[in-house]
Amino acid sequence: MSRKIPFEPLLWGAALAMPWLLDSLGEAYYIGFATRVLIFALAATSLNFVVGYGGLVAFGHAAFFGLGAYVVALAMQAGLSSAWLAWPLAMALAALTAFAIGLVSLRTRGVYFIMITLAFAQMIYYTVVSFKLAGGEDGLPLAQRSTLAPFDLAEDATLYWVALGLLAASLYGLKRLAASRFGHALAGVRQNPLRMEALGYPVRALQLACFVIGAAVAGLAGALLANQNGMASPAMLYWTQSGLLLVMVILGGVGHRYGGLFGAAALLGLEEALALFTEHSHLYVGLALLAVISFAPAGLAGLAGKRRRG
Amino acid sequence: MTQLILEQALNGLQFGLMLFLIAAGLTLVFGIMDMIHLSHGSLYMGGAYLGAAAAQASGSFLVGLSAAVLGMAVIGVLLETAVLRHFYRRDHLAQVLATFALILISNDLVRMIWGPQPLLLNPPEALAGPIELFGFSYPAYRLLIIAVGLGIALALYWLIGHTRAGMWVRAGAANRAMAEALGVDVRRLFTGLFALGAALAALAGVLLGPLLAVQVGMGENILILAFVVIVIGGIGSIRGALVGSLLVGIVDTLGRALLPTLLRAVAPADVASQLGPALASIAIYLLMAGVLFWRPAGLFPARA
Repeated sequence: MSRKIPFEPLLWGAALAMPWLLDSLGEAYYIGFATRVLIFALAATSLNFVVGYGGLVAFGHAAFFGLGAYVVALAMQAGLSSAWLAWPLAMALAALTAFAIGLVSLRTRGVYFIMITLAFAQMIYYTVVSFKLAGGEDGLPLAQRSTLAPFDLAEDATLYWVALGLLAASLYGLKRLAASRFGHALAGVRQNPLRMEALGYPVRALQLACFVIGAAVAGLAGALLANQNGMASPAMLYWTQSGLLLVMVILGGVGHRYGGLFGAAALLGLEEALALFTEHSHLYVGLALLAVISFAPAGLAGLAGKRRRG
Repeated sequence: MTQLILEQALNGLQFGLMLFLIAAGLTLVFGIMDMIHLSHGSLYMGGAYLGAAAAQASGSFLVGLSAAVLGMAVIGVLLETAVLRHFYRRDHLAQVLATFALILISNDLVRMIWGPQPLLLNPPEALAGPIELFGFSYPAYRLLIIAVGLGIALALYWLIGHTRAGMWVRAGAANRAMAEALGVDVRRLFTGLFALGAALAALAGVLLGPLLAVQVGMGENILILAFVVIVIGGIGSIRGALVGSLLVGIVDTLGRALLPTLLRAVAPADVASQLGPALASIAIYLLMAGVLFWRPAGLFPARA
């Protein structure tokens, strides 16, 4: 992106005005779609923090995403519908689970780390699916959306703005985090764990912190998606969901601040657009992904400009 | 009770041997090329569909089986030379994206050609009934699967352990750069290996077809099990894949059959009925996490 175009204000301005715009075009249906994009952008951004900043190729992010959704659904079933309580609870449970998983998984590296995170996520998938309380294979519907006084989440546009606000807050928070002492130490660990170890940095603790933060944000995204979809479904926990989130990150740009957003918007947008023309949209999505990874190794953000790790 | 355990152990052996057919190819792709290959499950699915279609058209299970194995070997060569070859030197993330894309493509291709409904694949008629075995009856078809699985395992053992090509493969898995420096054409070797892996996956797809459903998405389930197998066994090791497959097959099958009953003896019925299936389905993942925790490179590390 050249210096003359104020890229970021334009992006956020357009995003903010989206519901009014769609409403006036008579396309209110797409508000729900735009909300989904924002939620997946949040989930992909959280994974991008783990993969791009922490250098940890985690293949089980759906576990935290899905757990967030199930916490909201189960809390609702137990009579707790306040988002002020249920959403932080979703983040806390996702973080706690990630802490336990990370403690074991971070002993391994490379392909083995990919595989062990995948295995733990599958364990969580099968555990949740086996419990009748959580609705088994059918998932768990929400009686209503969470209540977030003073906002009314039953309004589609309000849910959109809340998702947008949370995405913006997370992006800002992760940017500050990356610029902090912690962020610089993490960058060091990503580039050369051995040297950082020798310099006296607690390498595994730094990686664990990164893994847990990413999971907490994914839990929040899951809580949002449960509200958007009106249910928590096992598909959110399945390994293909982890794969999809990872695909969004790689497609958007690993380690790029907007990588998650670009990837989610491009993938979901392409799917939605193709669905208008063909029943077999995944065929073309797959071909497009192959083309991108062959010709643009740094993802879409890499195509847009060289603003890496901003 | 002993009869149940024996029967389930045979089922576990049968499932484990089928897993081995899939994992054997996958572990070599991983081990020699250091390639994350998520679309190996699609080769399995493709084999099952080709086999079911050819069997329906010809009325013969054997024709379906041969068509699937040969067809997928050819498709494997095409896939390797046209797409996968370009990703060996890329990082794991690029490989994940490319092979995930291949899953999306192949699932939709199958849906385009054969429709969304599962295909029916019948076992050969001569083997449709049960056989008396040590005083209990066991399906003849499952016995055939066990026999074929054992035969393939022996053949692979001979191929990898006692032939020149097998020596190259082992050398490639232990240290690829060194093997190349010593004059092994790893590229060509690997195309052949990939075709073999695709043919074995197809064989498993057709053999399991009459027992499990031939449907879109069948590859995704089995792929993760194959991953578990090769991580337990040690990436790149055929012997590890065999041990891992049998462990996973037997633990999974026996766990599903026995854990709910065992739990009922020590816990209240309603707790047991929920906890049993949950524990049974996560047993193999616990096994894998445990192996990785104590033996981070698997049971039979191939890397020198």
